[in-house]
Amino acid sequence: MRDLTSRALDTATALGASYADVRVVRRLEESINIKSTRVEGVQSGESEGFGVRVLVNGAWGFAASHDLTMAETDRVAAQAVRIAKASATALRKPVLLDSRPPAHGRFEAPVGEDPFQVPLERKIADLLAADRALNIVKGIAWTESLYAAQREWKTFAASDGSYTEQVITHVGGGLEANAIDGDEHQRRSFPDNGGAWASAGYEWIRGLELAANAERIASEAVELLTAPPLPAGTRTILLHPSQLYMQVHESCGHPTELDRAFGSEASYAGTSFLTPDMLGGFRYGSDLCDIVADATVEGGLGTFGWDDEGVAAQQVPLVKEGMFTGYLSSRETAPRIGRQSGGAMRADGWNRIPLIRMTNVNLLPKPGMSFADIVAETDDGLLFETNRSWSIDDRRLNFQFGTEICREVKGGKVGRLFRNGTYTGITYELWRSMDAVGDASSWSMWGTPNCGKGEPGQTGHVGHGVSGARFRNVRVGVVA
Amino acid sequence: MSGRDGVGADPAAALHLAEEVVRLAGAAGATEAEALVTTGESSLTRFANSEIHQNVSSTEVLVNLRLVRGRRVAVASSGRSDAEGVRALVERAAAIAANVEELEDWAGLPEADADGAQPLDIAWADGTADASPELRANGARAVIAAADAAGVIAFGSFSTDAEAVAVATSKGIRAAERRTTSQLLTVSMGPDNGTGYAEQCSIDATTIDAAAIGREAAERARASASPVAIDPGDYPVVLHHYAVVDLLDMLGYLGFSALAVQEDRSFWEAGRRVASPLVTITDDGRDVAGLPMGFDAEGVPKRRLALLDAGVCRDLAFDAQTAARAGRTSTGHGQPAPNPYGPFPTNMVMSAGDASMEDLVGGLDRGLLVTRFHYTNPVHGKKLIITGMTRDGTFLVEGGRIVGPVRNLRFTMSYLDALANVEAVSRERRCIRGLLGGSVVPSVRLSSFSFTGATADG
Repeated sequence: MRDLTSRALDTATALGASYADVRVVRRLEESINIKSTRVEGVQSGESEGFGVRVLVNGAWGFAASHDLTMAETDRVAAQAVRIAKASATALRKPVLLDSRPPAHGRFEAPVGEDPFQVPLERKIADLLAADRALNIVKGIAWTESLYAAQREWKTFAASDGSYTEQVITHVGGGLEANAIDGDEHQRRSFPDNGGAWASAGYEWIRGLELAANAERIASEAVELLTAPPLPAGTRTILLHPSQLYMQVHESCGHPTELDRAFGSEASYAGTSFLTPDMLGGFRYGSDLCDIVADATVEGGLGTFGWDDEGVAAQQVPLVKEGMFTGYLSSRETAPRIGRQSGGAMRADGWNRIPLIRMTNVNLLPKPGMSFADIVAETDDGLLFETNRSWSIDDRRLNFQFGTEICREVKGGKVGRLFRNGTYTGITYELWRSMDAVGDASSWSMWGTPNCGKGEPGQTGHVGHGVSGARFRNVRVGVVA
Repeated sequence: MSGRDGVGADPAAALHLAEEVVRLAGAAGATEAEALVTTGESSLTRFANSEIHQNVSSTEVLVNLRLVRGRRVAVASSGRSDAEGVRALVERAAAIAANVEELEDWAGLPEADADGAQPLDIAWADGTADASPELRANGARAVIAAADAAGVIAFGSFSTDAEAVAVATSKGIRAAERRTTSQLLTVSMGPDNGTGYAEQCSIDATTIDAAAIGREAAERARASASPVAIDPGDYPVVLHHYAVVDLLDMLGYLGFSALAVQEDRSFWEAGRRVASPLVTITDDGRDVAGLPMGFDAEGVPKRRLALLDAGVCRDLAFDAQTAARAGRTSTGHGQPAPNPYGPFPTNMVMSAGDASMEDLVGGLDRGLLVTRFHYTNPVHGKKLIITGMTRDGTFLVEGGRIVGPVRNLRFTMSYLDALANVEAVSRERRCIRGLLGGSVVPSVRLSSFSFTGATADG
């Protein structure tokens, strides 16, 4: 591989690049999809290629190809330089990168049982057993069960002498039960809508205990059909970790991306209300709100050895005791606020440039009460569980979420079921209203394998550790 | 077979590769096989803060193989077109087919159409295929110049894509064509929180008028400066083309798919009136106003569908599997296997009306003009209840005249109710690239639209 990476870097620098890096990525994927006990789709995918990123006259260029020959390496490196020169014709501030020591080494994310070595028939049988258990429940219209695994081998080299190799494996799986009556369609998923994901091996899938939970969630889907719609009002809400992680993702993760704050994503996903002048002086949440971007936590979808600029994995405080303190950042953006890169540049494969992405953006647990304890000491509230829909404005302020299930909490007891539960608000108002966070015993890692960003579009795998939390005076029941 | 250097955007080379993959699958014991080959070059120049900040190009190939043994169906894909990569692809597919459960209702790959899938010459423009980094940079600079002239800041992207798509199957399907698309979009940001959007989409990048798009967005940004808060509630609205495309996207994604109907998660019922008589929507892969394509991922020619005929549900999009379940033939709307999501209309066209934009706005006694929606998501798919925000130019209209900008609003309502409320449709239509593909859409006026929340200051 060094032959190719050296050739790309040498060609780019010979043609005028002041900085160049190259990533060679091979990705192996596998998925199983079962619908109503019918094994509908079993797929295996392989992708391999390289991408060359260069700075010429202070402007960026990037070119990529699936063809790993030396001749193509020369062509692609030259193409990247030509593109950078075209960029330089519309440049106002030349790009400056922060300094960092050259990166060297190898990182391999821990895997217990290699998912690609588990026999396919075993994986199908496990998933089929869980899907059949869903279908035992009377009133289920259709079910869907999924398993997926992805492994990426990535070599990074840069003109400063950096050279790293990484192997990262992600797996996910889950169940979905659908009940339908006329216009009413209710879905329950387990453990999460789209499956629960981790950086792990097949032991993660076994640990989900899909079959053991199938009958319960299928019964809930049927029960939801006759549940009353959630009435509109202003209530105390309790966000189960299966919803809280999405709240963190949309209303903290994305607005703390520094490229977004600088406008790099303005034409697509929008900007951020968290502007650099607010650093250190803006109350984002209550005193209980501590949020950290942590690329080192075991099992997270945002865990790695180095980011795609060769910056080592690290922990970056984003919100400390409620105050906005930091951003997810890159070598280009961090110096603009007087900081070093926090190591958050990640690319969706060989054919995409790295962008600032979430790593594992975690709401830290607070000692005192488990999430169950918090529910038990809530006199009057609503418990929202498992994300169903999400939407937030282009500055990440006005959000609205729907969950698959919502239950009333009265006198500390979880009771009446509501369907089509929604809640809405303004980001900082919600986080400031947080008056209880679950302790470490309730804390778990969740994963988002479909985070969209960038043009051309990129899909990111990011993680979130949460323990459940309570919020006061939140508007609920937007639409029945 | 192609060498390691790929097959470019050459349909003949792509078809040759597809045929070779099918042959190798047969040698590996397949009773049926289908190979979809997509190959070409995608480039995008992106600008922010009135300068180019990202600029990319990639050369790619994707080979997707559906290999069938009896009723055992396997799918494997590869980003390699060299002999070793293709051999490994077939091996992986054959290994899956040896271990997967039988599909009891497997109806077989689609039969070759008597007429064959004729390639569409109208899907390709040399002007896009030959587009250089310098051409895209020129486009970006034209937008930036328009922004500079208006005193606003430009953000956006200019993309050019050229690809060859080919399908070969053991049933005799041979389909190959080349396609190009280009899109220029921009958000202008002006003083006092004013923002504006504009976009142009075409198969031919040389027809994109970057300066005009830049001016449109810049003028909208100037006009939307210092927006004022307005109470959420039900308002009559005019939806610009850029917002209307989202209605079609959600209809297509959640409703007009035969799989959605078969799984009883769609609003669709044959003959059901769901929209105003002013709303007619077709899916037409041959409409030159859109982004044409001659066949689907199964190599079946795309048939024109009357999805909504004067507000009434008529046709649905079928692929081979959903068509077999319904006892009919595919309409040519299949997606790449294994595709658990079903067929989709990818070339939707909404019929024009007879109103000018001035007529639409002039018909509002007190209402809102909405440029664009942002981050829309289904709250309830079967009822087509969608939530999202307005963005990049929302204006209060009184007495038929725009009186000023308002802060962005959240809406939560059924798009079926929205379409039932259509009371006027514009003559002018535009091609907008949406969730499912290129759609041709007019602007519309609705008698009522439900806004359920408002955004805040940061």
